[in-house]
Amino acid sequence: MASATTTKGAAGRGTLNAVLFYVFLVTFVLVSVFPLLWIFKMSIVTKTELFASPPTILPQTPTSESYGTIFGDPVFQQALVNSTIISTVTTVICLFFGSITAYAIARLRFRFKGTVMTLILAISFFPAVAIIAPLFIQFAQVGLIDTYASVIITDTVFALPLTIWLLVAFFRELPVDLEDAAKVDGATTIQAFRKVIVPLAAPGVFTTAILTFIHAWNEFLFANTFLLDPAKQPVTVAIPNFATVYTVDYGAQAAAAVAVTVPLVILVLIFQRRIVSGLTAGAVKG
Amino acid sequence: MVLPSLLIIVLVAFFPILYGIVLSLTDSTISGFGSFIGLENYTDLFQDSDFGEGLYNTVIFTVVSVALEFFIGLGIALAINRAFRGRGLVRAAVLVPWAFPTVIAAVMWRLMFQSQVGIVQYVAASLGIISEPILSSRTLLLIGVILVDVWKTTPFVALLLLAGLQTIPGEVYEAARVDGANWMQRFFRITLPLLKGAILVAVLFRTLDAYRVYDLFWVLGNRELQSLSTYVYEGVRISQLQFGPGNAAAVFIFMTAFLIALFFIRVLGMRTSVEEE
Repeated sequence: MASATTTKGAAGRGTLNAVLFYVFLVTFVLVSVFPLLWIFKMSIVTKTELFASPPTILPQTPTSESYGTIFGDPVFQQALVNSTIISTVTTVICLFFGSITAYAIARLRFRFKGTVMTLILAISFFPAVAIIAPLFIQFAQVGLIDTYASVIITDTVFALPLTIWLLVAFFRELPVDLEDAAKVDGATTIQAFRKVIVPLAAPGVFTTAILTFIHAWNEFLFANTFLLDPAKQPVTVAIPNFATVYTVDYGAQAAAAVAVTVPLVILVLIFQRRIVSGLTAGAVKG
Repeated sequence: MVLPSLLIIVLVAFFPILYGIVLSLTDSTISGFGSFIGLENYTDLFQDSDFGEGLYNTVIFTVVSVALEFFIGLGIALAINRAFRGRGLVRAAVLVPWAFPTVIAAVMWRLMFQSQVGIVQYVAASLGIISEPILSSRTLLLIGVILVDVWKTTPFVALLLLAGLQTIPGEVYEAARVDGANWMQRFFRITLPLLKGAILVAVLFRTLDAYRVYDLFWVLGNRELQSLSTYVYEGVRISQLQFGPGNAAAVFIFMTAFLIALFFIRVLGMRTSVEEE
């Protein structure tokens, strides 16, 4: 492909560079999405085709059999419900605590602000595995093992730095004048926050909500530690266990993996522009 | 207004660390508090060959995967730091691996490494790159885990570095070009120094993230590939007898991670956002 464009002269070199650039881009895009496509293919082929050697590139006779298997599995159904509950509640709590904290950091002057920021930031560097034993003992003492609350509490703490970080970046972009105007008109700080900031910051808050939700949805260590009862486990814990349930039914394992990933991928693709700016906001400033 | 967040962070993250340090100095079990035994758990820990293996794997994993992610990510960032058709598509592709739950990525890649139906196993064996099943060789598994991490995280590193690149004003390059600087001089004298902040942030984030790796090893290695975190997990959650050394390992991870962060901030001169205030 590249050899065809190696005509002489500056224009030729320009074309060659452009072709190489796009070859590079296409390779990059393919490598990124290949596993998802391949696993999707594994999830829709028949068992005979799955074990065919050499493997087929495109599915010959697509079937939804594997999806029937896993969506008919009460454990998987329950895991989807559990993941949804845990992630949604975590997101709501994070946004509540996160937005007031972020607002204070972005707008107010107070002592030890630096220390507070460092403390919050330190959590994102924190090896969570270091505290699972002490937390397990504490949670067991208060009867939190095998409850959603155990995972929601820990997920909240470890998602909070992300939430706060993003919200501080978004709040700082909002014009201060509007709040000042509200305060001149007699609004309190809390009122200014609720009536002026929150509506204006809605797009940023929404992006933060998506990222926090993904963070909680993807969490594995705490769920695998505190939730021993299969009836409470989220998808991240349930799906790896399918390797022992559906021992050689690789199609079902593939279908389960696709089923919990595709919604996230769609979410991310719809909001990609905002997510990218949110994710990089902290790094550029730091 | 910051109190509620601080309170919950201190209560759920920092207090347990102190409690963990205390636990590591006792012969406690998961169900009962024991008596003080000094550093016995730590001497047990450093004599345990499983811990040695976990430490070795974790260090190799961290160094190799972060290095690969950084160099490939920087290459990608430099390549796509311009206007071109299909930019949206590239950005979308970047986010696909990032959005995957790590464990689900591990499940998917395990299926692709599998010896009967795995495409990677099939291709690599057909090309004669490997002669044994990937999943039954610890060396191949470690390589596999590194490759999956590189696949999943390089795009993210590229994204962070790209954001850094975009803050460098074009005039600086123009001026250098006028002064006759070639692309190498421009890269080493302008791009790298100006990108230092973004590089340090990306590398520190990735290093600490890789250092505490748990999901990938646990699921892709199907509990046969040891990392520091899987060692702790096994000690404190699976095996009843290893609770003491498991706690000692937990404290070890915390302390070493702290030192790594300190190294980046103090020695390499990383600016934390706090100082910009």
